[in-house]
Amino acid sequence: MFSSFMTNAWIVGTVVALLAGATGFFVVLRGSSFAAHAIPNGAFAGAAGAALVGVTPLVGLITFAVMASVGIGASRRHRSDVATAMALVMMLALGAAFLSLSAAYEPQVEALLFGEILGVATTSIAPVVIIASLCAAALAVMYRPLLFNAAAPDLAAVRGLNPQRLEMGFMLTLALGAALTVPVVGALLTFSLTVGPPAAARLVTRRPGSALVASMVLSVITLWASIAASYQSNLPVGFFVGSLSALAYVAARVLTQWRGRRV
Amino acid sequence: MSAPATIVDVRGVDVELGGRRILTDVNFSVRSGDFTGLIGSNGAGKTTLLRLMLGLVQPTQGEVVWPSHAREQRRVGYVPQKVALDVDVPLRVRDFVALGDDGHRYGLRRRTPDTWRRVHDVLDAVEASDLAERRIGALSGGELQRVLMAHALVSAPELLLLDEPLANLDPGATEDIVSLLARVREREHVAILLSAHDINSLLGVMDRVVYIANAHVASGPTDEVVRPDVLSKLYGHHVDVVRVHGRFLVVTGTTSQEPVAEHPDLVVE
Amino acid sequence: MHWLFEPGIWSNAAVRTGAGVGVVVATVSALVGLFTVMRSQSFAGHALADVATAGGAGAGLFGFSPLAGFVIGSLLGAGAMEAIGVERVRQRDVATGVVLGGATGLAALFLYLITLSSSSAGSTQSILFGSLFTVSNSSFGVIAVVAAAVCLALAALGRPLLFVSVSPDAARARGVAVRRVALAYTLLMAVTVGLSAIVIGSVLSTALLIGPPAAALRLGRGLWTTLALAVALGVGAVGFGVVASYDSYYWWPSHRALPVSFCVVALVVLELVLVNVVVRTTRRRDAGARV
Repeated sequence: MFSSFMTNAWIVGTVVALLAGATGFFVVLRGSSFAAHAIPNGAFAGAAGAALVGVTPLVGLITFAVMASVGIGASRRHRSDVATAMALVMMLALGAAFLSLSAAYEPQVEALLFGEILGVATTSIAPVVIIASLCAAALAVMYRPLLFNAAAPDLAAVRGLNPQRLEMGFMLTLALGAALTVPVVGALLTFSLTVGPPAAARLVTRRPGSALVASMVLSVITLWASIAASYQSNLPVGFFVGSLSALAYVAARVLTQWRGRRV
Repeated sequence: MSAPATIVDVRGVDVELGGRRILTDVNFSVRSGDFTGLIGSNGAGKTTLLRLMLGLVQPTQGEVVWPSHAREQRRVGYVPQKVALDVDVPLRVRDFVALGDDGHRYGLRRRTPDTWRRVHDVLDAVEASDLAERRIGALSGGELQRVLMAHALVSAPELLLLDEPLANLDPGATEDIVSLLARVREREHVAILLSAHDINSLLGVMDRVVYIANAHVASGPTDEVVRPDVLSKLYGHHVDVVRVHGRFLVVTGTTSQEPVAEHPDLVVE
Repeated sequence: MHWLFEPGIWSNAAVRTGAGVGVVVATVSALVGLFTVMRSQSFAGHALADVATAGGAGAGLFGFSPLAGFVIGSLLGAGAMEAIGVERVRQRDVATGVVLGGATGLAALFLYLITLSSSSAGSTQSILFGSLFTVSNSSFGVIAVVAAAVCLALAALGRPLLFVSVSPDAARARGVAVRRVALAYTLLMAVTVGLSAIVIGSVLSTALLIGPPAAALRLGRGLWTTLALAVALGVGAVGFGVVASYDSYYWWPSHRALPVSFCVVALVVLELVLVNVVVRTTRRRDAGARV
């Protein structure tokens, strides 16, 4: 399980989980789960498009993830879920068109959706670490405005915080993270990590800093357990990540209800 | 003694929202240290007027001037009537109050012990020190109102705007909040403008009144505004002002009605 | 009309059935979707399609009827979302996200096991993106019956649902059981989405559920005109989408047809964008005229 060919999976998995835990904290705080689901799917379509045109996948991933995030971020607050849904289906439909025009292999499609973390190449470690650090830096800069805007949007606007600019900044950060993680761990796995552990973390503490750290730790534990379980059972990592993430949230809910009050 | 400085000057302002005239030719000013009551029935345009002063609503005519500052530097605190708070948001009361000071700034400047001292100071000013460690989503309505005041005060504003702080309070609680605001004004040296639909609970502390009806506004010292001739002109028909046991009773003859909330997209047939 | 209808389009049985099923699904999606948009439940509407997909994959693995798999999967997903809590918008967002994440994991497992047990190439893609042209004539009947049942249930639920969607507080004050109406509607949405996900795929399912009603809400005044507009826009997108997809075979020398789902989604998005542009310019002109 810790043999040399697994080393890359552990390293990249940990970085991706840390990033998903951090972005997820804000995703859950802001109620942006739909966007967090749509943007990686947009990136997936971009990879398919890049294969059709014959450019390197990263270009397609970034282009489409950014297009999706701009489409979502530019929508007015009212009915932003409709804009997200439309951006999502448009991207996926484009992806389907690209695939049918280029006749890509089924396994490639599945890899983009469900990920192949056990087959991560050593060359993809450096880009993953670099882009993850960029995203982390962006989140750090936006930390307080994101918190303020999520807690009380009206009051934040009174203090001169531009909600559109903030939303756009956050969406672009999500897009960058998605473009990076999709080819490595798949569009669907990232999403599971982005919602379950952070939603659990914020129930068990009332301090924003601790909730952020707890979210990252929980996300890493979820992924480590999933990789280990997947290695032992030969079942897909995505299955374990999805169910363990949901389980983490349910456990936190049960725990807080059982204690009878919130901390 | 020099006259108190003007903090904000509302000059000849008209506001239209969605094609409907909300306010017409509004003129008044707030001077430092004033305690002003913005009085009007539900739906008269009080919240719009507050949002106008905050720069969240743009006038179709006229202007709102902050003589001593550029608009970006105006020091104003705002306490909304309701704020939609996520009950699960991981924030303690003191974290939330601190966001009133630095929540709009990008970057991670460290909070100094001075910041936290200021946070506890304003929590003390609104008599809510014991709430500091509570989760913000777990507060009662009354507790939340005090915390919102502390949040608005933490950046040391010159003017504190409160939207209907006395709505839905029983008489005892109303008395408490009004006297608390009077103490806050003294301690924090802040001018206060609050909206209310009943004038009487404010009579003891209020210096000036801005009376709003029929999209028009009359302002000045209480005794000069709450008079039959002034209010009749404002309402456009005869209004009686009766004083009973030191309380005002304004008899308008018509009943005011709050507009029914409508879904923005659909008119039900 | 040869520029529009390539020769032989209506003599193709697969196209005829596909178009028929498409019209039925577009109609019921538009009717149900109007409330999805009004209630800001687009995320749940989309997530249920993915959850239904997991149910369909499970049915494929264990040898159940796929239709039952899709609908039961979707209903279980809706029940789980409601159990987690849907009182506030942000809680609803988290509940939907957690259920979607969990269901995605299950889908990954089922699809993996299916590829192990059989060499059915193309299953992932057809489950995700669906294909109108592969609907069999026999399933048309079942689909039409379920769709009719959904419409009847929606008509029965209509009035309290509209009340609750427009003004939940007023509805609660008038003694409407808001939670129960919301639950009933979510289950109805689950059946619709499960049904449409199996015939047209999860992508198209979301497009038809959200796009036409959102456009109709921008245009329509009363409830009935809005419903009629939504249906017309949905059916129109499906009709022209089927034709365009069929025709596209002749557009390229390589003779690779564009997928139906792409053509329909592109038309739905186009409708929404056009409606937004038209509404915005006329509103601006109105505002200008008033000043």
